[in-house]
Amino acid sequence: MTAIYGVPLQALFGQLLLGLINGSFYAVLSLGLAIIFGLLNNINFAHGAQYMMGAFAAWMLLNYAGLGFWWALILAPLLVGLFGIVLERVLISRLYRLDHLYGFLLTFGLALILQGIFQSKYGVSGLAYAIPGELAGGQRLPFMFLPNYRVFVIVASLAVCLSVWLAIEKTMLGAYLRAATENPALVAAFGVNVPLLLTLTYGGGVALAAFAGVLAAPIYSVNPNMGADIIIVVFAVVVIGGMGSILGSVVTGYALGLVEGLTKVFYPEGSATVIYVIMALVLLIKPAGLFGRTN
Amino acid sequence: MPEAVKTQTLAPGPILSVEHLEGWYGEGQVLHGVTFDVEPGQVVTLLGRNGAGKTTTLRALMGILGKRRGSIRFDGVQTIALPSRRIARLGLGYVPEERGIFASLSTFENLMLPPRVKPGGLDVEQIYTLFPNLRERAGSPGTKLSGGEQQMLAIGRILRTGARTILLDEPTEGLAPVIVQQIGRTIAQLKQDGYTIVLVEQNFRFAQTVADKHVVIEQGRAVDTIANADFEASLGKITTYLGV
Repeated sequence: MTAIYGVPLQALFGQLLLGLINGSFYAVLSLGLAIIFGLLNNINFAHGAQYMMGAFAAWMLLNYAGLGFWWALILAPLLVGLFGIVLERVLISRLYRLDHLYGFLLTFGLALILQGIFQSKYGVSGLAYAIPGELAGGQRLPFMFLPNYRVFVIVASLAVCLSVWLAIEKTMLGAYLRAATENPALVAAFGVNVPLLLTLTYGGGVALAAFAGVLAAPIYSVNPNMGADIIIVVFAVVVIGGMGSILGSVVTGYALGLVEGLTKVFYPEGSATVIYVIMALVLLIKPAGLFGRTN
Repeated sequence: MPEAVKTQTLAPGPILSVEHLEGWYGEGQVLHGVTFDVEPGQVVTLLGRNGAGKTTTLRALMGILGKRRGSIRFDGVQTIALPSRRIARLGLGYVPEERGIFASLSTFENLMLPPRVKPGGLDVEQIYTLFPNLRERAGSPGTKLSGGEQQMLAIGRILRTGARTILLDEPTEGLAPVIVQQIGRTIAQLKQDGYTIVLVEQNFRFAQTVADKHVVIEQGRAVDTIANADFEASLGKITTYLGV
């Protein structure tokens, strides 16, 4: 068998694929966080819980309503996004005038409550969610086995990131979003309903988290703690990419997934900490993040 | 009375009437009672030293200033307690200090950003005819334009909305004399077309060429009103007010 630096190719490609999968989730989650932070100036700590809710929504749709994966991929983001909209209207919007810290504390508390509710109802051992039949199986490549569903996750996450990026950069609605991120008072002085824009943006960011949750359901087990596990890494990704930078969060998400995968091959002991080491280095050299703008 | 003025509104009296306007930045009061009227079709300048409260007055009229008190009647509607977006929807256009061009938007997106609030706004072709540079620079990021082009963009995008009363905050600031002349011609043209304009201006010689009357603001109060016809006669008084 061929090997690089004593590492079998099979292991290398296996970890690279795993890295890309993780990177896909980092990218979609940090994209939602970045959009929310950019416009609302709110550090949405409930993002992990909303990702978890997406996975649970998929599980519930299947087990209580008989609706499969493809329905869940559409309905779960809508339902959880709607929940986000209610949350923004009822609670989060009251804190915009205050320091960031209050929004952070509120969403942190919400995350704990949501997690607790799901734990008390469904336990912590995790629920199984089957890979959809159309995507079962995989391709046998010369150097590795490539599961179809994992390829789908990478393609779907890339497609979503690209569509969101296009919607923000190339449409008039995106122009409102960019303008309101820069100077909300002036956009309001032109007659635009900025509070509505904030609500819809929060709903959209939450829907992205739920979409990632549905994608995750067949790979990781559906577990109340799944969001808490991943969200810390995602925050590191957002910091490295640059708070509020759309492109930065996506690119950094995939790149760090790959870096993590490579570290598992060459220095497994460091794989759990490599992202935080990179974060510390980036903060030292470029405090605004790789793609961030310094104001 | 010019033809265009009659077509603007059937209701007699001022289109904009400001009485005892007070305003705050946080805890600090900056406006202590500003009172003035603007008739339909008039160009009125707010003159005064730096920090006298001219820009703050415009921000209060636009509803951007957090805390305000007193009375602002625009087109028959009391706007003192209305949110900014509702005031804009009544047909009040705003060209802010330093132009307010969005860096993350292209020139064209900047132009299309303010929604139409009243029928009868200019279409994009008419704006390009008025400011040909904007057509050539349509794809450039808004803040890559020269200062003069940015000012044209800031005015052009408001003309698209159909607002017939426009608040213009220091449109000539930092611009070359030839551009200042062009802005002056634009304002004269708008006045001829029946627009009502409230203009904040440091350059009182420029103000004299375009305005019907001048309201002098001092320490957050309107302290004097000078008709443009009396401008030369009042020059001594004006230079004292402005400290020039």
